[in-house]
Amino acid sequence: MAKLKEVKNKISAVKKTRQITKAMNMVAASRLRGAQSAMEAFRPYANKFAEVLGSLAERAGEDISSPLIVPRDEVKKIHIVLCTSDRGLCGGFNANLIHRADTFAKEKAAQNLEVSFTNFGRKGRAWCKKMGFPVVREHLGIVGSRFGFNVATASGRELIDGFLNGDYDEVYLIYAEFVSMARQTPRLKQLLPIPPIEAEEVTPAGDAGTTGYLAEHICEPSADAVLGDMLPRSISVQIYSALLETSTSEHAARMAAMDNATKACNDMITSLTLAYNKARQAAITAELMDIVGGAEALRG
Amino acid sequence: MAEKTIRLEVVTPERIVVDEDVRIVMAPALLGEFGVLPGHTPFLTTLKIGAMHYYDGAGAEQFIFVSGGFAEALPNKVTVLAESAERRRDIDVERAKRALERAQQRLAEEGKRQDIDFTRARAALERALYRLKMASSPNI
Repeated sequence: MAKLKEVKNKISAVKKTRQITKAMNMVAASRLRGAQSAMEAFRPYANKFAEVLGSLAERAGEDISSPLIVPRDEVKKIHIVLCTSDRGLCGGFNANLIHRADTFAKEKAAQNLEVSFTNFGRKGRAWCKKMGFPVVREHLGIVGSRFGFNVATASGRELIDGFLNGDYDEVYLIYAEFVSMARQTPRLKQLLPIPPIEAEEVTPAGDAGTTGYLAEHICEPSADAVLGDMLPRSISVQIYSALLETSTSEHAARMAAMDNATKACNDMITSLTLAYNKARQAAITAELMDIVGGAEALRG
Repeated sequence: MAEKTIRLEVVTPERIVVDEDVRIVMAPALLGEFGVLPGHTPFLTTLKIGAMHYYDGAGAEQFIFVSGGFAEALPNKVTVLAESAERRRDIDVERAKRALERAQQRLAEEGKRQDIDFTRARAALERALYRLKMASSPNI
């Protein structure tokens, strides 16, 4: 009878696990909606910003005077902003991001460059500590929850200060791009020095519909000054967008992982129940045999 | 409606604050306040911390606090992109008061400490003062 009891306990344990994974799936789903609506809310700003920035950069052409776009002659110190989640149980999400960071950091370290990190999220920080990379700044409790633009502004300012002071020669950003519910891809982006602003970013948001109309804008104080003001802000915009993407991706990844876990629980429960029923039936048959055997013996 | 109108959009990274047809927009540019009427020539400028105001379609005056933004004027549309923007009635007075106190404390240590960014503290002070001023007085 011991086996029967064991199987029964196992079933109830798996059922409890299923309850938890189901609940986590539902929580992730509702958080995902929040994160997606934050992304939605950011889009008008991001589009307009990219449009104006693109036109201004196009107009300024080669002679942008900001120190933020000047590449360093000798690159020695690399800084990586790594966005991961604070919590686990989201499948390969963090592993993928960390793998991307790992390849990149090792590649740079092989070239004798100093690599340091800014971490958004506990998982990335834990990895940095384990690998012995210096962590300049850590921001916990941001990815995956609700946060404001000021988080990105503050971080952007720190990075720019570090870049201008010569603490870093190049700054990169690693985050998870939210492609779809089923796909979140790690992305690597150069933040500083600001790479040449690409033409594809110039695509107007739609309503204005006329490319290059900005060429006739009057700019105050001057086109150069407006651009100079926008460039540092573009760093914050990119960080904010990366954080939103990573948060949304985290929830999507957790939803998928928890969905799989719930399914696995269902499968386990089915096969365990089958095993339980078989064992019970076997026990009953054995008992019957006993009784019949006993009765036969008495009669004989 | 006889009055000509111009579309005003005030957008922050977190939400759209204003999206409506208005009669005139006035905003604090880096070189002084400017006004935009329908049919304005294309114009782009950075904004200071301060109050922008406009007359809505019904002719009522509305105030909005803006900080860290820029404005683009087109003949039929004004777009303001700001790091933060809120209507006067949405200003969080308690939060502004706390921010003011914090900024004052920090500025009191100016010259004594190296670890505080005083430019930032001053900007925070300015933002807090402007918010409080706007929240308390009816016509700024």
